[in-house]
Amino acid sequence: MPSAGVERKIRALVAKPGLDSHDRGAKVVARALRDAGMEVIYTGLRQTPEQIVEAAMQEDVDVLCLSILSGAHMTLFPRIIDLMKERGLDDVLVIAGGVIPEEDISKLKDRGIAEIFGPGTPTRVTVDYVRNNLKRKS
Amino acid sequence: MTLSPKDLAQGVLKGNRRSVARLMTAIENEDPESRAAISQLYPHTGNAYIVGVTGPPGSGKSTLIGQLAKQYRKRKKKVGIIAVDPSSPFTGGALLGDRIRMQELSADEGVFVRSMATRGNLGGLARSTVDLVNVLDAFGCDIIFVETVGAGQSEVDVIKLADAVVLVMAPGLGDDIQAIKAGIMEIGDIIVVNKADRENAERTMLEIKEAIELDTEQKEWSPPIVKTIATSNEGVEELIEKLEEHRGFHMKAGLARTRIKGEIQLLEALKARLAETVMADLKGDRDYEIMIEKIASRQLNPYEAAATLVDKIVRRNQD
Repeated sequence: MPSAGVERKIRALVAKPGLDSHDRGAKVVARALRDAGMEVIYTGLRQTPEQIVEAAMQEDVDVLCLSILSGAHMTLFPRIIDLMKERGLDDVLVIAGGVIPEEDISKLKDRGIAEIFGPGTPTRVTVDYVRNNLKRKS
Repeated sequence: MTLSPKDLAQGVLKGNRRSVARLMTAIENEDPESRAAISQLYPHTGNAYIVGVTGPPGSGKSTLIGQLAKQYRKRKKKVGIIAVDPSSPFTGGALLGDRIRMQELSADEGVFVRSMATRGNLGGLARSTVDLVNVLDAFGCDIIFVETVGAGQSEVDVIKLADAVVLVMAPGLGDDIQAIKAGIMEIGDIIVVNKADRENAERTMLEIKEAIELDTEQKEWSPPIVKTIATSNEGVEELIEKLEEHRGFHMKAGLARTRIKGEIQLLEALKARLAETVMADLKGDRDYEIMIEKIASRQLNPYEAAATLVDKIVRRNQD
């Protein structure tokens, strides 16, 4: 039967904070989320935490996916989380991927990054995680 | 914290950017309450200058809008940008990448950028683009840029909402036959030849100029052609001059166009409303299902079927 309404779309922001310039991983994740039917906003390289949080706010995303390879995650991620709290974006799921040492993972989770996906994670795992862990109700 | 669309509309009028973003989502998702919010905002719209930016993929629309926004910010104008990209017809997903070329703007509170997917709509825009423009207008933006999907020849919906249409072309995208085709070439109020440092830029200029001169209809506004190199900001000042010139012209002679825009928007709203009403009426209707079968087996044509169904609904509503 035809329906007049439109289903609610999941919106995702894929962002690369910091100075490294390798965005293949970010693009793979963006593509996988798109293929899973989500609307994915890709911001490009070398974003400041302020730029990322502002974009997440304007685009009203459900999930923020951060990718980092530069090693600056312990500085940049907590800064992003703090800015999001400041602006009342606490209902946005934040996940991360890239090269992040084992010992930092639990610290980042304590600071508010919901999950961290290391190199080689099948995209299917990331997609399912996003689907099942959104903080906003549809 | 869930605010109703009406609360969000209040937030928009108070200048709250989070409210702008959330109301836009409600509108895009066709939240039934968002209609009331739009009605609430409508009396506060009509102040922004709305510039549609269209043209083939890769001609530099996003980069150009980024530069224009920066220049308007220097003039202390509040800028809104809505960038539309296509949804996948297969998965419904979309990759919205226009922000990549507007990165410098995202730390500036005087600019609001929103990416939109077409969600199945043809014509170069999404169905609710016009309402998102209204939100930014009520929010107090002085100028709003609406970037269409990379358009070919028939994505001309942008004229339904823009006060001015900038058509962005680039050298080497097609020969002169492309330029005289009806459709997209006809809707430009200002034509930009971007990437003017490329080979064949002069030839492209000439071809477009010739195509415009072939236009036999006498027009009050003949579209100027501006050469730009968006990546290095060349020609952007001249483009702004032309935009402001057009705005002056539009203010004087614009009533006719505003009326046309009003009529088109009413027609669109009517069509949407009618379709919704009809579909709601047909919910669970056995005739509807039977007709689908008949059309599939070629016993009935869709036009006849539609006429029969509409007649039936009209009759039912008269009783």
